[in-house]
Amino acid sequence: MGGTVLLIEDEPNIMEAMRFILSRDGWHVHCHSDGATALDAVRQRDPDVVVLDVMLPNRSGYDILRDLRGDPATAALPVLMLTARGQKRDREMAERHGASLFMTKPFSNAEVLDSLRHLLGREGAA
Amino acid sequence: MLSLHLLLAVCLLYVGLLFLVAWAAEKRASRGQAGWLRSPAVYTLSLSIYCTAWTFYGAVGYAARSGLEFMTIYLGPTLVMVGWWGVVRKLVRIGRSQRITSIADLVSSRYGKSNLLGALVTVLAVLGSTPYIALQLQSVTLSVSVFAAEEPGFMRAPETSGSALWVAAGLTLFTIVFGTRKLDVNERHHGIVTAIALEAVVKLVALLAVGVFVVWGVAGGVAPMFDMIDTSRLAEWQVRPSRWIGYTLLAGVAFLTLPRMFQVLVVENPDERHLATASWAFPLYLMAMSLFVLPIAVAGLAVMPAGSNPDLFVLTVPLAQGREGLALLAFLGGFSSATSMVIVAAIALATMVSNNIVLPIWLSTRSGGGVRSGDVREVVLASRRLSIGAVLALGYAYYRVTGGGEALAAIGLISFVGVAQVAPALVGGVFWRGATRIGAVAGLLAGFLVWVYTLFLPSFGEGVLIPAVMLAEGPWGIGWLRPRALFGIEGLDPVVHAMFWSLSINICLFLAGSILTFPKPLERLQGATFVNVFRHAAEPRGWSGGSAEAEDLLMMAQRILGSAEAQALFSREVARQGRVGFLPDPTPAFLERLERELAGSVGAATAHAMLGQIIGGSSVSVEDLMRVADETAQIMEYSAQLEAKSSELERTARQLRDANEKLTALSHQKDAFLSQISHELRTPMTSIRAFSEILRDGAELGEADRLRYTGVIHDEAVRLTRLLDDLLDLSVLENGQVMLNVADTTLRRVIDRAVSAAGLEAGRVRLRRDLASEAVAIRTDPDRLAQVFINVLSNAAKYCEAPRPELAVHVRSGQGQVTVDFIDNGRGIPREAQNLIFEKFSRLTDQRAAGGAGLGLAICREIMANLGGDIAYLPGQGGAAFRVTLATARAQAAE
Repeated sequence: MGGTVLLIEDEPNIMEAMRFILSRDGWHVHCHSDGATALDAVRQRDPDVVVLDVMLPNRSGYDILRDLRGDPATAALPVLMLTARGQKRDREMAERHGASLFMTKPFSNAEVLDSLRHLLGREGAA
Repeated sequence: MLSLHLLLAVCLLYVGLLFLVAWAAEKRASRGQAGWLRSPAVYTLSLSIYCTAWTFYGAVGYAARSGLEFMTIYLGPTLVMVGWWGVVRKLVRIGRSQRITSIADLVSSRYGKSNLLGALVTVLAVLGSTPYIALQLQSVTLSVSVFAAEEPGFMRAPETSGSALWVAAGLTLFTIVFGTRKLDVNERHHGIVTAIALEAVVKLVALLAVGVFVVWGVAGGVAPMFDMIDTSRLAEWQVRPSRWIGYTLLAGVAFLTLPRMFQVLVVENPDERHLATASWAFPLYLMAMSLFVLPIAVAGLAVMPAGSNPDLFVLTVPLAQGREGLALLAFLGGFSSATSMVIVAAIALATMVSNNIVLPIWLSTRSGGGVRSGDVREVVLASRRLSIGAVLALGYAYYRVTGGGEALAAIGLISFVGVAQVAPALVGGVFWRGATRIGAVAGLLAGFLVWVYTLFLPSFGEGVLIPAVMLAEGPWGIGWLRPRALFGIEGLDPVVHAMFWSLSINICLFLAGSILTFPKPLERLQGATFVNVFRHAAEPRGWSGGSAEAEDLLMMAQRILGSAEAQALFSREVARQGRVGFLPDPTPAFLERLERELAGSVGAATAHAMLGQIIGGSSVSVEDLMRVADETAQIMEYSAQLEAKSSELERTARQLRDANEKLTALSHQKDAFLSQISHELRTPMTSIRAFSEILRDGAELGEADRLRYTGVIHDEAVRLTRLLDDLLDLSVLENGQVMLNVADTTLRRVIDRAVSAAGLEAGRVRLRRDLASEAVAIRTDPDRLAQVFINVLSNAAKYCEAPRPELAVHVRSGQGQVTVDFIDNGRGIPREAQNLIFEKFSRLTDQRAAGGAGLGLAICREIMANLGGDIAYLPGQGGAAFRVTLATARAQAAE
């Protein structure tokens, strides 16, 4: 694909697995694990797509997403949300905060790749 | 000469007639043609059971001894019926609206449906009535002996005393047949009431006939009669004010409190309006009964030989004048007086014994199931029949023991004083809302004891139940405790003396007890209902909370009321609620009505208890209390108590609010908990799935990477397993289903084990222990305690960030418990987090370092709770500090 993805995830094993999968698929992968500084990472890396975990240390994924949507520079940035809670309420929260896509852990590697392609494809068409 | 056989034949015929009348009346009533059976006349005549054999025979004897004083016995009830008409009407209204079955039931119901009071009044009534019943049996025996004495050659003694036994047995049979055919007293004993009305007529006619004979047959007219009275020694009779006032008061009070009077006056009352008739007709009846007493006494003293028993003048004067027919009529009059009293007294007492003593005991022996299984009707009827037999047997026994030596009037007065003890609680209860159960019990008990001591026991005669020396000098020689001169007051008539002290002490304790105690809600409610009975007679109130299935209620009602009656009641209620089907909604109003119906059969306290077993809720709601508060006519009197109550209500409301908040918080906690578990499970599963897919897809991996990935999969699987173990452990501990393997050990052994299991022996943390202090014997589950220690120790190893980590273990024991403090030299736990660490999933740092799911300390807390100890964070120790508290072995052995 050749796009840039910023992975914001605090669980090191998951981060490592996803970095491996995405890299193998041709993505340029940046990783970040702290909620408080996640926004800076987005501005600095300027990714094509963001994979954002909800439960992060110091700041929740929802808050980060809300700020992204509030900033004109990142308002349209495709964001794939990941959560391990998996209740209906969590999906609603993600949608309300402006997630482009939402996935519940655990997921298959193919699912992640398909989702990211879908997100970028859609963006590309626009 | 009148043959004894003829006498017996006439008696049998008369009893046969009574049976016939009672049977016909029952039959008429059961066909719904009660008609004149329920007339004011019959009601008034039934009240005449007040005039027993004592008044029939004894009044003449009384007059012959003490002149006009016998009038006090008639004066009391007359004053009550005329002057205290309001009291009687109130009692009748309460009796009808609350389905009261006896005077014991009324008192019990008024004071919060108290079983104790019901039983107390019952015992008092039985004791008070027993001499009275004995008196009736004695009068029949005496009157038979008069005829036997006229007949030479007749085996006198056995024959006449045997007559008491026969009379007792016959009355038992009659009472059981007509008194316990049906259960619901609200259907009333038509047969018995009618028979009694007939007997009332017979005794009045008999006494009037003897009177007329004496005035015109013996004295020769009205004017000669007056001359005769003037010249007799009765003319010198003097008024003794203390006795006049005392006896009049006593008779009036007894008129209200005698169980049999309550039965005819209140329980058998078919219509409240009949009271209006009775209030003038009954005093008229009493006047007619007393009209010729003095002439008969005077004539008896004039014509009979000196020394003849004046109690029997009604019989002996006609006999002496050769008027055998008249004597026979007089005998029947006396017989009527005796039998009617015994029948009604037996019914009244049997109802009280059965409802207030037998049923509560029966009910308590079959807790819970009692209302649902077993035929209550059969039990009630059987216990009433047995009680009737027992009451009559008691009367007969008393008659045999005392030998019937005393004058008739004396025994009657003893009974009067006894039953009068109920009066303060009764009258106070229906007029004074401040009267409480404690006050009633205290007054009743004290009055009762004083009566037993000053009158009842001495009545058996000197040296029988009370030693003569005690009567003369007091117990242990204490003069002011002499039974007949309490507190040194001498010279009073014994009856007036006993009445004065028993009622005074009774009233004082009743007032004091009522003022000093605060009634329970149900009691206050009943008090308000009784006192204000005319203001809101039929207003339903009561059951709230709890739940009742209509089927259960119907089942119980059928067992008590009978199925036809119960089903009719339920379908009436269905119609009233505007529903279809058979079962009404168990609304509070319906439950209240149902309880009243049941109370008509088994008494208020029992009905309440039975309904309570099914409903299981509280019978008094906050609204009820508020209404009680509102409707009070004595706001001032209650304002202080109301304030207390309202602050209590406020407190309750606040508690309810708190409880609700707690419940909401709990529900949120549960959601959060589930969400947490989901997170804790899904996170390792995500890693496992991702890496296993990578390995499965056969990507070109270096050996090092492959090894690392399988290692991650393994570690995450272990983490999952540990999480599940912890969750299960916690669930078992929280539900208290944990199996403890308690054993004797020492604290040191457990700490040793924990240190080694936590890997601290060779670890980086330096341990500081005082082994001597750890030699404490404990009796606990060593595995579980070690689990707690391991958790605390490994937390220290994990989190203590000091460059040279140290952990000190301080043990202190004393006063049956031992505390173990674990203190490290790290930064400790921030103050705001100290309360959180024992909560589930409360991980302070991020989980990579922790390696657990944050359940460890929560589990520790549960374990310590299960072991009967505690674990707490110990603030202000520099580093992180935990204190574990548990009991020592000695303290546990002592428990």
